[in-house]
Amino acid sequence: MSEKLHTLTKKDYSSGSDVKWCAGCGDFAVLTQVQKVLAEIGRPPEEYAFISGIGCSSRFPYYMGTYGYHTIHGRALAVATGTKTFNPDLSVWVAMGDGDSISIGGNHFIHTIRKNLDIVCIVIDNQIYGLTKGQFSPTSIKGQVTKTSPSGKRSLPMDPVALALGAGVNFVARTIDRRPKQLAEVLHKAYEHKGFSLVHVLQNCIIFNNGAHDDITNKETRDEHSLILVDGEPMIFGKNKDKAIVLEGLNPKVVNRNFVDESQILIHHERAKEPGLALLLASMRAGKFAGSKTVEKFPIPMGVLRNVEEETYDSITTEQVEKSIALKGKGDLQSMLNSGDTWEIN
Amino acid sequence: MNQVAKDHVVIRFAGDSGDGMQLTGSQFTNSSALTGTDIVTLPDYPSEIRAPAGTIDGVSGFQMQFGSQKVNTPGDYPDALVAMNPAALKANIQDLARDGYVLLDIDAFTERNIDKAGYVENPISRKSLFDKKAYSIPITSQTLEALKDFDIPKKAKERCKNFFTLGILFWIYDLSSDFNIKWLKKKFAKKPIIAEANIKVLKEGMIYAQNSSMFQAQYKIHSAPLEKGTYRNVSGNQATGLGLVTAAERAGLKLFLGSYPITPATEILQEITRHKNFGTKTTQSEDEIGGICSAIGASWAGAFACTTTSGPGLALKSEALGLAVITELPLVIVNVQRGGPSTGLPTKTEQADLLQAMYGRNGEAPMPVIAAKSPADCFHQAIEAGRIALKYMTPVILLTDGYLGNGSEAFKIPKVNDLPDLTVKFRTDKDNYQAYARNPETLAREWVKPGTPGLMNRVGGLEKDFLTGAVSHDPKNHDKMVRIRQEKVDNIANDIQDLEVFGDQEGGEVLVIGWGSTYGSIRNKVQKYREEGKSVSHAHITHINPFPKNTLEVMKKFKKVVIAEMNLGQLDKLIRAKYIIETISLNKIQGKPFTENEIAEVVDELL
Repeated sequence: MSEKLHTLTKKDYSSGSDVKWCAGCGDFAVLTQVQKVLAEIGRPPEEYAFISGIGCSSRFPYYMGTYGYHTIHGRALAVATGTKTFNPDLSVWVAMGDGDSISIGGNHFIHTIRKNLDIVCIVIDNQIYGLTKGQFSPTSIKGQVTKTSPSGKRSLPMDPVALALGAGVNFVARTIDRRPKQLAEVLHKAYEHKGFSLVHVLQNCIIFNNGAHDDITNKETRDEHSLILVDGEPMIFGKNKDKAIVLEGLNPKVVNRNFVDESQILIHHERAKEPGLALLLASMRAGKFAGSKTVEKFPIPMGVLRNVEEETYDSITTEQVEKSIALKGKGDLQSMLNSGDTWEIN
Repeated sequence: MNQVAKDHVVIRFAGDSGDGMQLTGSQFTNSSALTGTDIVTLPDYPSEIRAPAGTIDGVSGFQMQFGSQKVNTPGDYPDALVAMNPAALKANIQDLARDGYVLLDIDAFTERNIDKAGYVENPISRKSLFDKKAYSIPITSQTLEALKDFDIPKKAKERCKNFFTLGILFWIYDLSSDFNIKWLKKKFAKKPIIAEANIKVLKEGMIYAQNSSMFQAQYKIHSAPLEKGTYRNVSGNQATGLGLVTAAERAGLKLFLGSYPITPATEILQEITRHKNFGTKTTQSEDEIGGICSAIGASWAGAFACTTTSGPGLALKSEALGLAVITELPLVIVNVQRGGPSTGLPTKTEQADLLQAMYGRNGEAPMPVIAAKSPADCFHQAIEAGRIALKYMTPVILLTDGYLGNGSEAFKIPKVNDLPDLTVKFRTDKDNYQAYARNPETLAREWVKPGTPGLMNRVGGLEKDFLTGAVSHDPKNHDKMVRIRQEKVDNIANDIQDLEVFGDQEGGEVLVIGWGSTYGSIRNKVQKYREEGKSVSHAHITHINPFPKNTLEVMKKFKKVVIAEMNLGQLDKLIRAKYIIETISLNKIQGKPFTENEIAEVVDELL
């Protein structure tokens, strides 16, 4: 790229390989937006490392015109930890599915968040195991009938956003394959955010879990069931913008906007220092959407839930190395070997 | 006073795991090494950090041998046993050499402690229970007496008692306390009163030994005819860490270590973390899988990447090992073996992970395997593992074990310029790049760092096209790739040292083959056979996959081939399968290396 100055386009970030997802798969939307966003950012493709695990969405790196590593099931974040820690100059992106991220890879997920590794992590969540042809995933809703739960899934799902917040994530956003504009906006913000940036993308598996997100994608229902978060703005939703979220005790509550004072409506602050508001928003997806009998059904919050910055693991690592060099001088092998108590044999 | 010269002496220090026996042992070792004797040490500690005080389970030991010849092992039977309480006596007395002696703290032989150790009556007062020469010394009370003017708590005073013991031993073996005094001053620079107290007690111990009429003679171990040079004492784990840092520097790369703490391998991570000023980066991962995967991610980014573990950890890493094999990235995996299966014997040694290292992966996933033979050799084999990994773009398993990792010996410090040059060249040329094109000689693919313009490529765990590296499901291509990955590893046989024979070069009666940490005990026993004029030889295998090219040729020269290992015959299986020859398997799986007698039990029958 460097020898020829030209405006980078989406094509520069495509490997040119045939994309082998099913026709109509939501992954296409994510791929397109990522390529588009990278072109807008304008960094040369060689500076990106795309790392994935196993699953449909983990084919992602093969389609990117960047460096790519398709690793093993659940381990993308562990591999990325080595890549980014060793070379912080690379922009490291991880693409993974719901099984990859929070089932088999759950331990790496929470700990890479805890470490605050400076990467973008896209979790493409279709609430089903697609590559193995239709078994339930940890995000499948309770009661969902799949090949391994013919009588209905027996447990409630886990929400990657809530899990990430529990692990201390500093940037987390939720979006959906059918909202390309929001997806692009969120990806830009995730890239700009220094630290672990989680982008949770609800995605439709057209073959094994078609319509899983109908509530929030159908024209008829989507406005009633999704809450679009805008930084600094009150939380209002509904086709006629007639519903609002207020706080009742420690819990959110949906109210008719006309019957409350505007000042009571919760205002979204994605940069709030404390994670309380983000946790509250995350908890809203645990409701009847997920199959719960006890928790109310809330609209699903979409957009950036939290966006704050802390020192990153990779930058602290580099600092410690630099500090050590400043303190002890650049390592000299002979003096390292000769250190400690030595004696001479003549 | 009489001075009696001795060739070598084995001392075992035993006490409660809180008594500081490891420290006392290593202090004695360093003082003796400074006089030029050869040294080998072996700590033997319980897996519980602090088992109930005074019980057999809580006994911690440290054995060392020093000699005026190469000693090779920490010795089979101690000439001297330091027993700081009845449990330490009970747990160790049966190992004492026939003419050995015990030095014990009589103050610790209280009724309660005697009972806790499981003795029915005081072992010292009963000849039938205890027929060895014993020096009963009031170590605790003498220590308290020596410190009566020190304004420190009684507990702190009692803690000085191991330096009283050390003082006695210094006198018996005519060693100077200068080194320890210097060490104490440095160690307690911020608490000078503690340094003073220990120094005082150390000196009192020496005076006590001199003035009491207990000891009839002092023993003198003269310096050993070691190669000229500068030496230091290193444990195998420390040497492995130093070797990995060295390999990275010699390759012109930065070291990355991804690791999860596990006994007995953790010290390697701790050692390497100390050398950040080489640009070394380490990460203590969330689990064993995170350890190897982060190393793979760093290797992909251009690091000299390593992961360190022990058997159970290697089992967890298996899937990722396959990823490193198929993506053909350099990686060193150190397995400090311990007793298995499962959690097994975490603090005891064993060589039972050999087949795991060879085959513990799904699919055909060949990987070079090498083994270090002594604590100091861990340094050289860490470099050798790095050399193979970087030259052949392959993961390499380095096998050491608890005995090597925790044991220590005199290490001749090499001159850096004499060490192998491992310089690596990354591909930067944009023209005609094919991700899986190979060097015709080594069959290694080229290493491209992400960040390099114009060479963007995708690798992964799916089968690769023979040339382009693109995903390929073509059956013939798979067959070809399986074979070439095997061929690449097999070819390394052309690039390693021949198997050497210690003994009858032209062949003879018995050849004892060993690998790894059994080196010292086999070598000592074979040396004795040879001094007796018996045709017994020794060959020690460092490169296990692939074997040295002359392995069969060597074995064929001998009438009998004995393969000695601390497992049920894993190297034996590999040798028999590959060479289809008759062998005799000599096995011991007791968490301890062979004694010379155990080798004799099998070899004597063959002579």
